[in-house]
Amino acid sequence: MWETVIGLEVHTELSAKSKIFCGCDTSFGAKPNTQVCPVCAGMPGSLPKLNIAVVERAIRLGLALNCEIRRSCKFDRKNYFYPDLPKAYQISQLYSPICMGGYMEIGGKRIGIREIHMEEDAGKLIHDSGFTYMDFNRCGVPLLEIVSQPDFRGSDEVIAYLEALREMLLYLDVSDCKMQEGSLRADINLSVRPIGGDLGVRTEMKNLSSFRAIGRAIEHEAARQTKILESGGKVIQETRRWDDIKGESYSMRSKENAHDYRYFPEPDLLPLEIDEQWLARIRRGIPELAHQKRDRYARDFGLAVSAAAALTAHRNIADLFEDLTRESAQPLEVANLITGEIMRLMNRTNTLSEDLRIDAKKLATLISLVINAKISRNSYKQAVGEVFMRDTDPREYITKHGLMMISDDNAAAEAVNAVLAENPEAVKDYKCGKDKAFGFLMGQAMKKLGGAADPKTVGNMLREVLGDC
Amino acid sequence: MTCCMSAIGLAGAIRQRKIGVGEAVDAALRAADKVQKEHNSFLAVAHDSARKRAAEIQARIDAGEDISVLAGVPIGIKDNISTLGIETTCASKMLEGYIPVFNATAVERIEQAGMIVIGKLNMDEFAMGGSSETGAFGAVRNPWDISRVAGGSSGGSAASVAARAVTVTLGSDTGGSIRQPCSFCGVTGIKPTYGAVSRYGLVAYASSLDQIGPIGADIDDCAALLQIISGSDEMDGTCVINQPFVFEDSITERLEGVKIGLPRNYFEGGIDDDVKTAVLAAAKELECAGAVIEDFDMPLMDYAIHAYYIIACAEASSNLSRYDGLKYGRRSPSAGSLSEVYRLSRSEGFGLEVKRRIMLGSFVLSSGYYDSYYKKALQTRAIIKSSYDSLFGRFDMILSPVAPTAAYKIGENIGDPLKMYMGDIYTVSVNLAGLPAVSLPCGFSEDGLPVGFQLIGSAFSEARLFRVARVYQRRTAFHKKRPGGGAA
Repeated sequence: MWETVIGLEVHTELSAKSKIFCGCDTSFGAKPNTQVCPVCAGMPGSLPKLNIAVVERAIRLGLALNCEIRRSCKFDRKNYFYPDLPKAYQISQLYSPICMGGYMEIGGKRIGIREIHMEEDAGKLIHDSGFTYMDFNRCGVPLLEIVSQPDFRGSDEVIAYLEALREMLLYLDVSDCKMQEGSLRADINLSVRPIGGDLGVRTEMKNLSSFRAIGRAIEHEAARQTKILESGGKVIQETRRWDDIKGESYSMRSKENAHDYRYFPEPDLLPLEIDEQWLARIRRGIPELAHQKRDRYARDFGLAVSAAAALTAHRNIADLFEDLTRESAQPLEVANLITGEIMRLMNRTNTLSEDLRIDAKKLATLISLVINAKISRNSYKQAVGEVFMRDTDPREYITKHGLMMISDDNAAAEAVNAVLAENPEAVKDYKCGKDKAFGFLMGQAMKKLGGAADPKTVGNMLREVLGDC
Repeated sequence: MTCCMSAIGLAGAIRQRKIGVGEAVDAALRAADKVQKEHNSFLAVAHDSARKRAAEIQARIDAGEDISVLAGVPIGIKDNISTLGIETTCASKMLEGYIPVFNATAVERIEQAGMIVIGKLNMDEFAMGGSSETGAFGAVRNPWDISRVAGGSSGGSAASVAARAVTVTLGSDTGGSIRQPCSFCGVTGIKPTYGAVSRYGLVAYASSLDQIGPIGADIDDCAALLQIISGSDEMDGTCVINQPFVFEDSITERLEGVKIGLPRNYFEGGIDDDVKTAVLAAAKELECAGAVIEDFDMPLMDYAIHAYYIIACAEASSNLSRYDGLKYGRRSPSAGSLSEVYRLSRSEGFGLEVKRRIMLGSFVLSSGYYDSYYKKALQTRAIIKSSYDSLFGRFDMILSPVAPTAAYKIGENIGDPLKMYMGDIYTVSVNLAGLPAVSLPCGFSEDGLPVGFQLIGSAFSEARLFRVARVYQRRTAFHKKRPGGGAA
C-alpha cells in the first residue's frame, strides 16, 4: 500500500498599495510599464527601500499561523537571468525568513508551517506575433511564500488547507487572494512511499492556477509515481509543469540541471529590527478570524452551524452580516436575507464574494419595514433586488411603486363591503360551506386595495363581516 | 583667473560679483575640453546644459538669493554617478549611449546648492581598477607625467582637479578609489563613512563598500562639498546618517591631545622608500603640531586584500548582472537567441578586468564554495571591523600611506592583476570597516610625482579628521603645488 506525502509552497500577492521596494502602485490590469520607476525597473544606480506595510502583513500572517517571528529582518539575493527580472536577481529571504515554525489546524489535524518569507514578484513577458515584450508593472509587487511541512496525505487535505489559508489571508487583509489575477499560487512537492516507510523521491509541480487544478495535479502525480514505483522504477527528482487543459504534467528540469542561484545577503538593505512593542501592536490589530466568528455567530445569535459557515466563508460577507446586524438588531432576519436572497442574487449575477458591494444601511431600512409589517414579504424581496442591482433608495422605490401596506382599517372595511356587495353568489357559496369562495373574495378585496394591505388584516375583517351576514 | 582659486574662493568671488557664473562655467568648459584632450580625464563635457544652468544660477544670485557656500561653482562628476540627461557610461562599452532618467541624490544636492555639472569624468570600467586604465575609452593620464597613470578608479576626478580644470569633483571609493588617485595626482579627497552620503544613483560596483566622496585641491573645499552631499535619503536605506555634516569654521593651530596611531607594519617591505619617507614626514609634522604619534601593529594586514576582493567581486557579479543587453546599453547586433543576447552582449560589452571580477565573484558565491570563500570573507570582515573598534579606543585616528608607490607608467602593471590588487593594501580595510578617511598630499617621489597619506577615523568622525587635516595643510604647501611647476 502506498501513501502520498505532500508539502506545499503557497505564493500570495500582498494587498499592499505600493511595491515592496519602491512607491509604485500595485493595482492589477494597468497598461504595460505604467507602474514602473528606476527602482523596480532595475536602472543602474537605483536602490531598494523596504516598504514597512509589507513586513507588517507578513508578521500578521505569521502570528495568526502561530509562527515564531524573527527579530531581525534580512533579505538575500537570488541571482538568475531572465527577461522578466530586470535586476537579474530577485530580492528574497533564504537565510533568515521572517516567520518560522508555525502550524494550522484543519479538521483536527495540525499542518506544520516551516516558514513564511517575503520576496518581490517578477515582471511579465508578452509574446505577440514573433516578438516578446516586457511588462515590468508586476516587478517588485510584494509576495509572501508560505512553506508547509510535508504533512499532507491527500488532495482533500491540501484543498482544505488552501481554503482555510485563503480565508485567513482575506480576514487578515494580507492578500485579496484573486487566483485569476495570480494573487494566490501553489507549488506542490509530492512523493509516494510505502505506508510507514521512508520518504520517497519528490517532484515539484508548478503552474497550478486553481484549487481544481491542484486537486487534479495531485491525483495525477500520485498515480504517476505509484505506477513507476510499482513497476520497480525510480522517481526522478525534478520540477514538472502541470498542463490543466491536457490534464497531465511534463518535466521542466531535473535536479542535475537545477539553477545555482548564488544566494547571498542583500547588501542594499540593512537588517530591520523588529521590537516587542511593534509585535504587540501588530498582534492587537489582528482581527477576529473566520472560525472564531463562526463560533460566535452560533453562540451569540443562535444561528445554525451551516448558516454561520456560509456567512463567514468570506470576510466581505461576514462584514455585511455584522454591519446589518448592528443596524437592524435582527440577526436571524439578516442571516436569512444574506444566505437567501442576497446569495441567490450573487449566483444569478455571477458576483464573487470579494466583489460584493451593497449598502447595509439601505438593506437595514428594508428589514425594519418588513419586520414592522409595513411592506409585504414579496415587496421586500423585490426591493432588496433593486438595492442589489441598482443601489436604489429603498424608501423612494417603495413609495414610487405604492408598496407600502395600508394599515387604515376604514379603507380595508370599505373594500371588503364593496366586494361582498358585488359578489352575492360567492357569499352564498361560502355560507354553504365552500371554502374556496373565501379565497376568491379575499383575492378580490386585495385587488381592490392594490395589494397594499396586510393580508392578515383583510382576512380577519372579511371573516368578521361574513359572519355577520 | 578662475583656475587659480579654490572652490570656496570662487564662490565668494561670484557672490561679490567679481566673477560671473557664466564666466566661471565657460572657463571650466574650456579647461575641460583641454584636459579631455591632454589627459583623457573627461568622458563627456556638458556645454549646453552647463551654460543654461549657469544663467539660471546667476539670475538667482542677482535676485539676492543666498543659495549655498558653493553656489555657482562648476563641478565634474565621476561617470558612475547618475546624471539626468547626461550620458553615464561607467567607462564601459556596456553603457555607451545610456542616458539616465534620474539624478543621483548627490547630484541632486549639488544642483540644489547651485553648483553646475560641467561633465563626466573618466575612470576604471565600473570602478574596477586602481589605475584608470581599465575603462573602455582609454587610460586617464596623470597631469604630473602624462606617461603615468592617474590612479583609480576615480582617476578622472583626481586628474581634472590636479590640472585645475575644475576646483572640485565627485569620485567614489570602494577600496581606495578616491584616496589612491588623490595620492597619485597630488590632490585632497575624502572617503566618507559608509552611510554618510546616499548611494542612490551611484552605479553599484560593491554595494556594501561603495561610497561617494569629494575631491578638491584642499581639505576646506572637500569639507564644504561633503556638507552639501551628506545626509540621510529616503531612497537609500543604508544611508544611516541623521543630519548632514556641519563642520565648524574655527581654526585650530595646535593638535595637543590628539592621539594618532602609526601602523608599524605598513612601512615594512613592499613600500617604496620615497613614499615611506614622505608619509613618515607627515607624521612628524603632526607631531610638531602637538599630536601624539604612537606605533602599533595593524592586525590582519595580510587578510584585508583577500576579504575585500572576495566580497567586492561577489557583490559585483550580482550588481552587474542587470547589464543583459535587454533594457539599456549595449545589445550585441549579432545576437539571435535570448541566450546569445546575454552571452554576446556581455562578452562584447565588458572589458577584461570586469569579466575577471564577475567570474571571481560568481565562483565564490556558487554552491559548494560559498562557505569556504564568501562566508569566510564576511567573518574576516567582522574581525577587521572589531579590531578597528578597539584601535579607536587607543587612538583618535590612524595615519597610514595610501599606496605603496607613486604613480606608475601606463601599461606597467595592467597585465599583472595580483600586483595591481596588492596596491590596495592600505586602503581596502577602511572600506571593509565602513570608516572615513582623508587622503592628503605630503610630498614627492624622486621622480617628482606626488605622494599622499591618509588619516583614518572612527565612523562619523569626519569633523575630527578635518580639523587635523586643516592644521596639516596650514603647515605645509604640498597641496598647493601644481603640475608643471606652478603653485596656486
